[in-house]
Amino acid sequence: MVTSTSLVYLIALPLFGAAILLLAGRRSDKWGHLLATALSAGSFGVGLYQLSQMLSRPTAERAITQKLFSWIAVGTFKVDAGLLLDQLSICFVLLITGVGTLIHIYSISYMSHDENRRRFFAYLNLFIAAMLLLVLGNSYLNLYVGWEGVGLASYLLIGFWNQKPAYATASKKAFVMNRVGDMGLSFAIMISFATLGTVSFAGVQAASHTASKAALTAIGIMLLVAATGKSAQFPLQAWLGDAMAGPTPVSALIHAATMVTAGVYLIVRSNFIFDAAPTAQLLVVIVGAITLMFGALVGTAKDDIKKALAASTMSQIGYMILGAGLGPAGYAFAIMHLLTHGFFKAGMFLGAGSVMHGMNDQVDMRRYGALRKFMPITFATFGLGYLAIIGVPPFAGFYSKDAIIETAFNAGGVKGILLGSTALLGAAITAFYMTRVMVLTFTSKERWEDDQHPHESPLLMWIPMAILAIGSVTTGFLFTRGHALVHWLTPVVGERAEGGKVLLQPAVVSGLALVAVIIGVAIAVSKYQLGKVDSVAPQNVSVFTRIARKDLMQDSFNEAVFMKPGQALTALLVKGDDKVIDGAVRGIAATALGTGSTLRRTQTGFARSYAAFILIGAIVLIAAIWVVTQ
Amino acid sequence: MNPYNYLYVAGLLFTIGAIGVVIRRNAIVVFMCVELMLNAANLTLVTFARINGTLDGQVVAFFTMVVAACEVVVGLAIIVTIYRSRRSASVDDASLLKR
Amino acid sequence: MNALTTMMLLPLIGSILVAVIPSDQVLRIKQAALGTTLLVAISGILAWVKFDSSNTALQFVESAKWIPSFGINYAVGVDGLAIVLILMSVLLAPIVVLAGWNESEGGRWSPKVFYILILVLETMMIGVFAATDVFLFYVFFEAMLIPVYFLIGGFGTGERAAAAVKFLLYSLFGGLLMLASIIGLYVISGANGGHTFDITRLSELHMHMSSMTQNLLFLGFFIAFAIKAPLWPLHTWLPDAAAASTPGTSVLLLGVLDKVGTFGMIRFCLALFPDASKTFTPLIIVLAVISIIYGAFLAIGARDIKRLIAYTSISHFGFITLGIFAMTSQGMSGATLYMFNHGFSTAALFLVAGWMQSRRGSSTIADFGGLQRVTPVMAWTFFIAGMSSLALPGLSSFVSEFLVLVGTYTRYPVAAVIATFGIVLAALYILIPVQKALHGPTTPGNENLSDLNLREKIAIAPVIAIIVALGFYPSPLLNVINPASAHVLEVQGFTDPVPSESAGK
Repeated sequence: MVTSTSLVYLIALPLFGAAILLLAGRRSDKWGHLLATALSAGSFGVGLYQLSQMLSRPTAERAITQKLFSWIAVGTFKVDAGLLLDQLSICFVLLITGVGTLIHIYSISYMSHDENRRRFFAYLNLFIAAMLLLVLGNSYLNLYVGWEGVGLASYLLIGFWNQKPAYATASKKAFVMNRVGDMGLSFAIMISFATLGTVSFAGVQAASHTASKAALTAIGIMLLVAATGKSAQFPLQAWLGDAMAGPTPVSALIHAATMVTAGVYLIVRSNFIFDAAPTAQLLVVIVGAITLMFGALVGTAKDDIKKALAASTMSQIGYMILGAGLGPAGYAFAIMHLLTHGFFKAGMFLGAGSVMHGMNDQVDMRRYGALRKFMPITFATFGLGYLAIIGVPPFAGFYSKDAIIETAFNAGGVKGILLGSTALLGAAITAFYMTRVMVLTFTSKERWEDDQHPHESPLLMWIPMAILAIGSVTTGFLFTRGHALVHWLTPVVGERAEGGKVLLQPAVVSGLALVAVIIGVAIAVSKYQLGKVDSVAPQNVSVFTRIARKDLMQDSFNEAVFMKPGQALTALLVKGDDKVIDGAVRGIAATALGTGSTLRRTQTGFARSYAAFILIGAIVLIAAIWVVTQ
Repeated sequence: MNPYNYLYVAGLLFTIGAIGVVIRRNAIVVFMCVELMLNAANLTLVTFARINGTLDGQVVAFFTMVVAACEVVVGLAIIVTIYRSRRSASVDDASLLKR
Repeated sequence: MNALTTMMLLPLIGSILVAVIPSDQVLRIKQAALGTTLLVAISGILAWVKFDSSNTALQFVESAKWIPSFGINYAVGVDGLAIVLILMSVLLAPIVVLAGWNESEGGRWSPKVFYILILVLETMMIGVFAATDVFLFYVFFEAMLIPVYFLIGGFGTGERAAAAVKFLLYSLFGGLLMLASIIGLYVISGANGGHTFDITRLSELHMHMSSMTQNLLFLGFFIAFAIKAPLWPLHTWLPDAAAASTPGTSVLLLGVLDKVGTFGMIRFCLALFPDASKTFTPLIIVLAVISIIYGAFLAIGARDIKRLIAYTSISHFGFITLGIFAMTSQGMSGATLYMFNHGFSTAALFLVAGWMQSRRGSSTIADFGGLQRVTPVMAWTFFIAGMSSLALPGLSSFVSEFLVLVGTYTRYPVAAVIATFGIVLAALYILIPVQKALHGPTTPGNENLSDLNLREKIAIAPVIAIIVALGFYPSPLLNVINPASAHVLEVQGFTDPVPSESAGK
């Protein structure tokens, strides 16, 4: 494989920025954001250079590696600090650094009034570095470093305004739930080392040909657990909604475009494991299908614009996981949806930030309305993203989402029909809730509070939005032209099996999807554009709405099943440690003390009683000697 | 004369002394009883010296007598001091040692 | 002169120097103590550089007759495991002195006593890792208790007297059991080629012991080390002692003294009683796993920041013991590296907790809040130390913890799986105090806390630097540890499990 010496700069530049900004402290307040943005852009530049280099090489030599140093080597457990850039990771590198740089630019303006803007940029750079390490690591352990690194950056950024206790709690929740997923990754690495004797991608891929199905299934399931944690998939989805506590650019970059899609990357990267472990693969599609419905249902009831978008993110990643679970037929489509989603969802989040910026940080959509007139650019960019996500041709989402629905239908048998219909139904619901967001925010009647004066955002904010909107329009078309992305990724994810039985032709699926979308849009328009919208959420709603507003009871469930028993167990152990274990120790001490004070009573102070004791003792002694000598 | 009779006498003397130490309260009497026990021991030592035909027992007896004399001096002085300060020669009154 | 002997003599000379400085010249005393510990640290680094890691035999060996009639020698020497722990001890000592510049004042005695005790303790810390004569080891092992007893009882806070006595009695109990075992070994050695306390000769004795004898003698050693380490359920002295000590004493207590327990398990339990070790391995693995989970739960439930750190250490010592008795090269090397890393991450936690306590006058977590805004540097150091404690990749503890888990999984998958749940609990026990103490609104009484001063920054900087550097590049230590741990396993007759699905099979 071709080796390179320049891959490390991709990571080193933003890492350097984070280190400088954190160590220099307030001294770098003036120029810190500029340095961070420049370094992120620099990393993007390196990424583009790598792409051009990659394109200049023949297909077989496109993947390149760089070994930095030997990281851990004990016995047969040998892990290098090594990087791998191939057709899959370059997609991520460009997405992370590209969207990342745009969001840096946006944040310069968005965060300009925050006294800790420098720290914010330090965290953003730290995130970029960790995320790049995640996609560039050449082994599961290197990936793990980036995996937890992005978790740390996400924790720091969700809790950026941690003086608010609720935000601090949200960040802790995200970290802990992510750690549950990370545990899955730990298990996967341990099993992989114990059974295959290696943890590098290349090594595992080579060993997967001869390994037993049981081992690969175990590794696959554990990788899926890891993916559910990081990508907020069922059953570890509960942290994503709360993660919206972070500043909006963070929600756009980390909790929409990049970090939460790491689970999809992990599964696609591990395609050789999942292809050989059908049970694990089946679980992947089940998780994906459940989550895409889960997120969509939650999205219909949210009044907080960011939480509605977060639910939508969860649902869209559900599509990607579903695609990734469909095997070689779906990997490329999962990645394609991931990339297009990166554009349109980041753009919509930035749009939401722009709306909040103009509305005194109001997030309740019931307090918006008719903003189209006051924020035309935001409306336009958000609208393009909207058309992309609901899958209107020829916008990006149409290509990527239809491809997944079609692949799901053609997965074969009952499974295919079930998955396909779920994905189709999800598309209808997506159209409904996204139209609801659109209508409530931009087109319906004004429902503002008195002191709100909506205005368009400054240049630095709308340029990134505009660029992302262009991406939302064009990427789908570009990726599918001549199956560009599918062919590009084939060396990594394997050839698609051709000639299988086709249940539904692409045109039929597109037609069905369009019908679903039209139904969803129509319901939303009739309900919210034509009907009356209360500025305070009505309480006399059906039980389904109530459950959906509470995120389908996810928090109540976690609380009842994990938190409460955990707290009870902790209290019990704390008490037990004091009463039982330390109690036993103190008991021994008390026994010694008690014996002493009992014996002390014989010390009366009367000389005659001492004399009597001596006498008795002497007699006993003599008697004893006499008995023994007899 | 059978030397073992001296031993019986010594045993008797020791018993009298021991019982006296335990049951009498007056410090002077207790003290005398202690002396009685010492002398009982002395008598035994001398008797055994006689039985075994060696001088060891007699030598030890002399040591005992010297030590007893010293003890009498110190002991009587303590008793007198206690009597002076408390107007009592009862050993039970001097039970402050346990504190 | 022998490097180890020099290192042991230097602090003793320093303590005499401190003793002759008049008590009222406190600054001079502190400077002398700091200078001595720095000198020892430099000589420790030199010894580590000179150490030949490719050679698995004991190095820097020195032996002199001490009590010839009992065959007792002053014998020292180190292998790769011991040199790493000595390095950790001598690096921590100056940091402790510098970080706790003012904690010697306000004790029962003058600061002079404090520094004499610290310096004497440093001699013993080096000696206990370097001793190759079992009797000499025992002397250091027990004598170490004396300075620590006075450091806790004389300079601590709160219920310091009770905590000091509890610590002393617990340790003495274990120590006396070990003494009984040592005498047993001595007697057996007399029947097999002459009385001796030499570790190399004693390690050949197990062939002449019945399995019953070996088990009993093993237990004598193991219980002493399990109290020291501490392993569940012999741990209850640790939180009390840690909460009552000054931060510096806590660092030495948890960072160095407790390592004698885990070090002793490798050096004595495994080397002297290989068969008994195998017999008891299942039990010890269970105790280690219980320690990991139990310590973590108690840390989650702790209200006092210093007790919390002590409980996290119980969890970490569970990992170390697990790694040792997994009997794989990853587990053994990971456990040794863990001992080193734990020394530094716990040091950072305790030092920052001590600074928080001295500023606020309380170590109850609930009394803090919003420190990130009031004292950002202090909050950051606490956060990084906490991240190291929860084994975040990129920081030093991750490498060692993961090695232990991987090494354990290859032989005892169930134990490794349960232990891995500890990493989720670790996230909780670190993030809960972080949230309560550092985040949220600034609670009343904290508005005017001062941030770290220059001295404190200088003290904590090397700790943080080591934590970060070893996270990315642990090879300098692993290269020294690996041959030694491989040698230990080779002597034990263990080879790493072969991957069950490897291509060669």
